[in-house]
Amino acid sequence: MTAYALETQSVIKTYNSDSGIIKAVDDVSLQIAAGEFVALVGPSGSGKTTMLSILAALLQPSSGQILLDGQDLATMSDVARVALRREKIGFTFQANNLVPYLTAVENVELMLRLNKKLDRAGRMRARELLARLGLGERLNNLPGQMSGGQQQRVAIARALIHSPSLVLADEPTASLDTERAYQVVETFAGLIHEQNRAGIMVTHDLRMCEYVDRVLQMQDGKLVKIYTDRKDILKLAKGGRHS
Amino acid sequence: MLSISSYLALKEVWRNRGRFLLVSLVIALITLLVLFIAALGEGLGNGNREYISKLDAELVVFQAKSDFLIQASRLGRNRLLSVRRVDGVDNAGMLGTTNANLIVPADNSSLKVALLGVEPGRPGEPPVEEGQQLGTSQAKEAIIDRNTALRSKLAIGDMLTLRVTQGTDDEFYKLRVVGITGGQQYALQPSVFVPFNTWDTVRPKSEAEIGVSSDPVANVILVKLTDPSQVEQVRSLLTRQVEKVDAATIDEVIQALPGYSAQQSTLNTQGGFTLFIGILVIGGFFQIQILQKVPQIGVLKAIGTSNPIVATAAVIQIVVVTVIGVAVGGLLTFLLSLFFPPTIPIVFNGTSAAVAIIALVLIGPLGGLVSIRYAVKIEPLKALGLSS
Ligand SMILES: Nc1ncnc2c1ncn2[C@@H]1O[C@H](COP(=O)(O)OP(=O)(O)OP(=O)(O)O)[C@@H](O)[C@H]1O
Ligand SMILES: [Mg+2]
Repeated sequence: MTAYALETQSVIKTYNSDSGIIKAVDDVSLQIAAGEFVALVGPSGSGKTTMLSILAALLQPSSGQILLDGQDLATMSDVARVALRREKIGFTFQANNLVPYLTAVENVELMLRLNKKLDRAGRMRARELLARLGLGERLNNLPGQMSGGQQQRVAIARALIHSPSLVLADEPTASLDTERAYQVVETFAGLIHEQNRAGIMVTHDLRMCEYVDRVLQMQDGKLVKIYTDRKDILKLAKGGRHS
Repeated sequence: MLSISSYLALKEVWRNRGRFLLVSLVIALITLLVLFIAALGEGLGNGNREYISKLDAELVVFQAKSDFLIQASRLGRNRLLSVRRVDGVDNAGMLGTTNANLIVPADNSSLKVALLGVEPGRPGEPPVEEGQQLGTSQAKEAIIDRNTALRSKLAIGDMLTLRVTQGTDDEFYKLRVVGITGGQQYALQPSVFVPFNTWDTVRPKSEAEIGVSSDPVANVILVKLTDPSQVEQVRSLLTRQVEKVDAATIDEVIQALPGYSAQQSTLNTQGGFTLFIGILVIGGFFQIQILQKVPQIGVLKAIGTSNPIVATAAVIQIVVVTVIGVAVGGLLTFLLSLFFPPTIPIVFNGTSAAVAIIALVLIGPLGGLVSIRYAVKIEPLKALGLSS
């Protein structure tokens, strides 16, 4: 087996609803290497968030294999999955990202605290990371005192601070204006490459694909197309706002 | 685990201190109420039983079929002699109870007191804290309890005036105060102790009793045992060897005091209900708060916070809020109690206050139990806004 950071085999997730069985994720197999940043795109309801939740060890697939650093998430105990999320995965969510009673820097440090790795160097790194994301002046602000975009950047810092193998972001630019969105994704991509993480970003905004190495396109739960060629990706990114 | 839990719990309390303080304040008020109900119960119970519970006696002999009611019992001197002859009885004394009006020298107002006839040197005579014990059975002397002294301003050596109704006339008797004893209230009244024969002279009488000279009759006989562990044996000897008497332990006498049990159970029920309401209030608050916190708890769990940490943080938070509330409430109670006049029967007794405080500290976690369960069950997926 090659050394992919993340590798899935025939992942299926079905839901039972009134109108029958919904295949939210339908036989998805993919591989992502360390240091690679990919975008997950597709129309609404195509299964992006569901797939991301499965990769995040938040949702159990109906069948299939998900190997993160060689460990299979699908067969792990609940306790082991909690530990895995804490140690090997970094997240940003669409909304409600931060713990509201912790300041920006405390939110970032929380990840180290949870892993019992908060030391002087860790505190320094948290501040540096926030400064790099343009939040040097906002270290001690509570989430309620920051804009949506600032909160999103704090979440990005939190997703990276504990050196996870896998970084997942669901619509990180949803609450940002175009200018800010470009900036944030560029920094995000830079950090992922620099720190050699495997990164996956779900986005509706194809223009953000400019900064990724590959684009995975989903439709009706299936992985229908993979853009690997730089030219194709740039064409897709120029193409417009919506997938 | 404890350090991360308390970090999260305390940060949240501190950053929302206004809201949590409000809850602590509600708990403080509940504490105040519970402690005052306990103190009132203690005070009322104490005022009722104080003299009886401090008696230097283990058994009380009643006239048969008097249901352990002191006023309903009548025992003459012949019974006293028989009681003293029973094996295991070390000492025995007559006790006569009645009421009288004490004329307060300062303003000539009258103070209702319990007038108790006791035999000098026998069980029933309270030990003085100042002055002397009673002299003889006929002495025109009195021992007053601390409460009577406070309210009447009488001191040792003063003359004390009693007004009693005998037949159709008010009679006045003067006695010298020879001693002051500690708190010895009887039937919620301050008390005056006089030698038994003097008591028989000064006690209120009906018209028929006046002028008829007969042996003085007591209500009950107080019995001190040679060996206090022999209560049951001596009790059965007494009822067999002395005609037409019943014997009761001090505890039984207290429980039979008029209104005593009813009063105590009423107050206990009130205290219990207040605690119960406290549980509901705290439970309600933390439940509402948990409902508002679903997204943030979801985030915590999604980034790898384990359920034990989430639950411990919730418990720590509840305990902190409750302990602060109880502490503030205790302090408020203490401050308020300083301003209470001595005439209000409020007694802060260490044990009953401790029991109340422990109960109060427990109501927090108890009330919050449902919310903690709820917090543990929150699905981290909710933080993603994906599933509802
Ligand atoms: N908990 C659930 N129960 C039933 N059906 C679900 C559940 N979660 C998702 N689905 C269904 O699965 C499909 C995929 O949903 P998903 O949220 O993954 O789409 P998405 O690509 O993230 O869409 P969007 O771009 O709108 O966020 C949809 O048809 C959705 O209705
Ligand atoms: Mg989605």
